[in-house]
Formats: sequence, C-alpha cells, structure tokens
Amino acid sequence: MHPLRKQRLQLVILLVVAAALVIGLVVYMLRENGNFFYTPAQIISGEAPQNTFLRAGGMVVDDSVLRSDDSLWVQFKITDGIATLTVEHTGILPDLFAEGEAAIASGKVDENLVLQATEILAKHDEKYTPPEVADAMNEAYKQKEAAKNGSYK
Amino acid sequence: MIAEYGHMALIVALCFSVAQAVVPMVGSFVGYRTWMRLGHSLALGQLVFVAISFACLTAAFLQDDFSLQYVANNSNTLLPTQFKVSAVWGAHEGSLLLWALILALWSAAVALFSSHLPLVLSSRVLSILGAISVGFGLFILLTSNPFARILPFSPTEGGDLNPLLQDFGLIVHPPMLYMGYVGFSVAFAFAVAALIGGQFDSAWARWARPWINSAWVFLTIGITLGSWWAYYELGWGGWWFWDPVENASLMPWLVGTALVHSISVTEKRGAFRSWTLLLAILAFSLSLLGTFLVRSGVLTSVHAFANDPERGVFILAFLGLVVGSSLLLFALRGPVVQRQQGDTEVVSYSGLSREMMLLLNNVLLVSAMAMILIGTLYPLIADVLGLGKISVGPPYFNFFFVPMTLGLMVAMGFAVFSRWKKTDVQMLRQKGMVPFLISLSAALILPLFLAESITWESYSMTAVITLGAVFWVVTMSLEDLWQKLDRGSSKAGSLVANASRLKNITKLPGSYWGMQCAHIGIAVCALGVGLSSVYDVQKDVRMVPGDRVAVAGYEFTFDSLDFVQGPNYGASRGQISAYKNDRLVAVLHPEKRKYEARNQVMTEAALDAGLTRDLYVSLGEPLKGDAWAIRVHVKPFVRCIWLGGLMIGLGGLLSILDKRYRRRRQPSGVVAGVGAE
Repeated sequence: MHPLRKQRLQLVILLVVAAALVIGLVVYMLRENGNFFYTPAQIISGEAPQNTFLRAGGMVVDDSVLRSDDSLWVQFKITDGIATLTVEHTGILPDLFAEGEAAIASGKVDENLVLQATEILAKHDEKYTPPEVADAMNEAYKQKEAAKNGSYK
Repeated sequence: MIAEYGHMALIVALCFSVAQAVVPMVGSFVGYRTWMRLGHSLALGQLVFVAISFACLTAAFLQDDFSLQYVANNSNTLLPTQFKVSAVWGAHEGSLLLWALILALWSAAVALFSSHLPLVLSSRVLSILGAISVGFGLFILLTSNPFARILPFSPTEGGDLNPLLQDFGLIVHPPMLYMGYVGFSVAFAFAVAALIGGQFDSAWARWARPWINSAWVFLTIGITLGSWWAYYELGWGGWWFWDPVENASLMPWLVGTALVHSISVTEKRGAFRSWTLLLAILAFSLSLLGTFLVRSGVLTSVHAFANDPERGVFILAFLGLVVGSSLLLFALRGPVVQRQQGDTEVVSYSGLSREMMLLLNNVLLVSAMAMILIGTLYPLIADVLGLGKISVGPPYFNFFFVPMTLGLMVAMGFAVFSRWKKTDVQMLRQKGMVPFLISLSAALILPLFLAESITWESYSMTAVITLGAVFWVVTMSLEDLWQKLDRGSSKAGSLVANASRLKNITKLPGSYWGMQCAHIGIAVCALGVGLSSVYDVQKDVRMVPGDRVAVAGYEFTFDSLDFVQGPNYGASRGQISAYKNDRLVAVLHPEKRKYEARNQVMTEAALDAGLTRDLYVSLGEPLKGDAWAIRVHVKPFVRCIWLGGLMIGLGGLLSILDKRYRRRRQPSGVVAGVGAE
C-alpha cells in the first residue's frame, strides 16, 4: 500500500475506534445518570424500581407535612390523584414548597415504598407547575373520568 | 398612547430591516454602489426605531401602565424604580425586544466601523444581519408582542416581577449575555458573506477578529455574572447547576472560544479556513438553539418563563432555516474557499507546532460542547420518542467536562511556548522542566495546609490535580512572559536589564497580554472550582436564637430574629455572628422575604466575601417555636471562580485593543475611499 494511504487508513481506523469509544461512554453515562420520572401511582403499584435513583412528583397532600421537633427530618405525602406516596427527607425544604402545591422529590424508593429523598424541588414561581406533574395529574384525571363513564354503562 | 408609538416604531423597524436585508445584497450582485451603501443608513435607521420602541416599553413600566399585559404581569406600583427598568427584560416578550435592540446595536456598530472594509463585504454582512432582524422582528410582532393591551378591563395593580429577578445581578446579567449571544451574529454574518463572495483570507480574518473577540468577551462576562447571581440570589450557595439554560449559554461560549483560537491561525498562517467558517456558523446556531431552548418553554427548568407552542415552532423553524441554509451554503462554497489558499503559499505544519496545539484546543472545546449538547437534548429527545421523562444529572456533565478541561490546561502550558510550523521537542522539555517541578511540589504539598487536619482522609486527590494543573498553567505562562521581557537585555539582574524589561512591557502586543491574562484567568477559575468543591463545608442545622454551631473552624451564633419591612416585601431577618478563634469575623443578616404582590417567599442569603473564603448563611424555614432551619456554608476560594471569569473577559478585551487592528485601518480606509469615488 502507498505509505500516504497507509497513514490515512491508520488515521481513519483510529478515528473510528475513538468515536466508537466516545459514543459507548456517552450512552453508558447517560444511562447511569439519567433519572427517570415516576408518578406516585407507578411507584405504589411497584412499576418503579426500588433502590434506584429516580424522581417522583405530585401535589403535596393537605395536612400531610410532619416535622421532627429536634432535627430537620420531614415527612409528607404527594399524590397524582390516583395513589399517594410518602416522602421522607432530612434538610431544608424549598421556598415555594407548600401543601396543595406541586413538588418533585428525587431519591430512592425503599422496601416500604417510601421515597427517601435527597432533594426536594418545588415550582419556582406561583404560576408554574412542573410539566411532569401537570401531565401526571391530567393523565390521572382522564383515567378517573374514563372509569366513571365506564361504570355508568 | 405611548405603547402604540412603541408598537408602531417596532413595525417601522421591521420595514427597515427588510430593506436592510434586501437592498444591499441585491446591490452587491448587480454592482450598484449606492444600493450597497444604503445598508449602512438602514442599519442606523433600524437602531433608532428599535430604540424608540424599547424606550416606549420602559416608559410604560415607569408609568405603571397596567393596561399592557406584559407590564401588568411583571411590574407593580411598589416595585423599586431600578427594577421597573430591569423588569423590561424580566420575561419573555421584553427580553426578545432586548435581543432585537442589541442586534440593532451590533448592526449599527458594523455600519459605523466598517469604512475600512471592501464595500461588497460590509454590505453583505449588513444584509445578513438585516435578515436575522427580520426573523426576530416577525417573531416579536407575531407571537410575543410586549405592547399587547388588556382592554377594556385593565387591572389597577400589576402582578409584580418574580422576586428572584429583583436584584442587581438581573439588571446586568441578561444584557451582557445577550450582547455575547447576539454578537456572534456578526461573526455569522461575516462567515456567510465570505462564503457568498468566495473571498476568505487573512485579511478577512483580521477584519472579523475584533468582532468575534468582542462578542466572546461579552458572553464570558455574561456567563460569569449569571453564575455569580445564581450563587447569591438563589440562596443555596450553588454556582453552576448544569441547568439546560446555563448549558445553552456555555455551548456558544465553548465554540466561541474555539473560534477565537482558530481564527488566529487563519489570520497568521492562513490555515483552518473552512473550520473557522464552520465554527462561526456553529457559534451563532448554538446561540439560536439556546434562545429556542429558553424561549419555547420546552425545558423543565428554573428559567422556564413561557409555555406557548406557537413560539417554539416559530423559533424552531427560524433555527432550521438559519442553520440549514448556512450549512448548505458552507457545503457548496466551502471547498472554493479552501482551495483559495494556493494563491500565496502552501500551509504546512508538523506534528508538534502551534497550529497543532490550537487544533487540539479546538478538538477538546468542540468535543466538550458536543457532550453538553447531547446531555442537554437527550431528555427532550427521549420525551419526544416516548422513552420516559428523564433528567440528566451533574455527574454526567462533570464526568466529561472535568477531564477535558484538565487536558486543555495541560496543553495550554505547552501551547504558550510552541512555535508556528514546527516546535522543537527538546526545547519544550527544557522549558517545561522547572514549571513541572514547581507544579508537582505545589500540588503535593499545598493540600496538606488547605485541609482542616493532616490525615490521609482529608488529603484530597482532586485538590492535588487541581493545584497541579493551575500551577502548571501559571508557571508556564509566567516563564514565557519573563523570557519575552528578557529579550534584548544583556546582563540579567543588572539595573540595565531591569530597565529594558520594563521597556519591553510596552512593546509586547496587546494580543499577547490578552492571551496571558485569559489563560491565567482560566487557571484562577479552575482553582476556585476545584478547591471550593473539595473544601466546601455545608451544614443544615436547626437553631433557636442563642444557639451556636461550629463549621470548618468558624463558630456561628444565631443572635436574634427580627421582622423588617422592605418596599414591596416583609422579611424575617436573622442576625448571625461568625467567630474564628473567639474573634468576631462577620455579622450576617440573612432574610426570608415574603413578596406581597405574588405572595411568594424568597430566601435572601447573607454572605461575607473574601478572596480565600466566603461565609454564607441562609434562613431555611421556620420550625416549631423560635427554631429555624439554617444553612451555614464555608466556601474556600469560591470567589476565584468569578475573578477568573472576569480575567478571561479582560484578556479578550486586551486582545481587541491590540494595535494591529487599528494600524491597518488608516491605509485600507483610504483605499476604500478611493474605490468609492
């Protein structure tokens, strides 16, 4: 083979191998660090994996927030209208966290189906609802409506 | 009435930009010099009308004209005056008007400062800028009119500006960032004009370079300010979240940085021509992509203001049109531009040369951008494909970005010494020896002193690597500077030698000082990032007045809690004193504010800033009785992050001020003047 061509071939092979490595790494890292969103219903029904980092969101149930007296431990419930999920967290809750408002918790679900959250996110202004939560609530509403209509027939 | 004048001015500005897009371009093909020259006046006219429109919107804010939907949503009679002005760009419609205003400013600047350019080139550049203004003008008028009225039942009081945005940082951050974003449109216009004309050489690079550098400087400062704002205003001490909106500004910056380097090769050596053009197109495309991501509401993000599919579709179509047509043009004309290089010399360089180092820089920067792009778009694509709702966390970004930055810093040390065409390996080894030894020992020893205690657990590898890279860049840069200053002096150490060194300081070109300043700025920034992430100590504690807590060698006492009344909010205001070795260091007043109009609660952190450490305290939430959840932070070297950012920006500024961009203006200006006769 012509030396110049040989050099080019080597370069091409090197580039292909490097590109393949990079793509493999990117896909791997995205899988490792991509956190899926689940609704409370999905978690309660066991659809969501346990002990895997995930996010869950819904409306904070009224009168469900329990604060410890001597630490920053807090427990509250979120709902998508179908199921209710208990969330536990130790730390400071965001400014716009409130009962009856949307919140997203990220963390791991334990064997009692309680979400042990490492981070709580609330909406960032009073008009905004996180799209995931809005979608989940709409879906739940539709299902309920469908169930209602079905029972009349 | 004022709003109607603003609306009309905007429509007139749109007409100007249509003319600016069409007339000079047609003129440049037909050869009518008057048509070509008309572009300059049209650009100035456009600026006047966009500015009138912007002034009208500002006036509406100052007069509390709540019959305007936009004003009613984002202002309030109680809002302090300076925030009424900054509220103009506090939300979607107004920030687009700011975009348009800044685009008009850049266009007018090109029109005013392009007398030394060939008329064909400057008229085409203006025409392309005009076409971009048409896109944005239509976008504002059709989908996001800030002058829309609520009639006949207009509210008597406004909804107030989002409290997070009622801050000095938001007065300055968006205009700076937009100056950068939109500034790349000039680079883009230069690139497209070069592709149309097929003329792309060192002269082109010299003309385009100050424009590219200026946009890059603004973007650098804009991102730095944004990070600083997030740090103190979001209230929880983070300075970068890998939020899609932040990524949207970082991506054009990375490509812009690659472009700033690549165009120097094009200017000095005539190489990397197509690549430079491609980067110029890419930088602006990424700016538009950023606008799309932020403005269409496709993201779940702290910055998501609006949610209206109509707008998203419009920007996406505009983005597609701009990217598609410019890449098509690039594919068709790129080879022509590349082939032109035969006219003077064959550009060749060896495996180890400054060209190669700059190529490495470009590859690393563009790869980093690609990784961020994938991580940012993946959740959107997964959502569209029905793969579930995913968010990509910081570990993904750090995994790729951190090693690439370290690679860049290692290369940066060598690059300063490398020569065009060919660099002697022996020379690099020789020059690198002392800095290498200094960096190695600094990296190994300093972490012992930075940690709280001398134990294996507190000896941080991250700190070792950070310090190694930082010292490497700084010592290599300083060694090069010292040698440059030494040139021509005979006896080292003597008075004469010192005098000649001083003299050499003024002889070194601005671009050299710029490079040094920016490179050391990168090192300072990396120092802040690395050390603040290793030695940052954060505690969330439950405290009642009188309580003490020890954090990283400091004692914090919660003295008292009061209620204070602000102009448009009421606040619980804590007093927390910080002691070190029983000596009072700082008294901090963090607040928990409640903004009345929106009934929105906001944390206002208090901090004691210092070059080597920040003390940072924020009030979390009230607990039972007098107790509060309080977050206390000690953040070593965090300020270096923004100091570094400012130094990078200053570096860019110094290189714009380089004499060679001004010296050439005189003769070529005369030539252009003669040509126009």
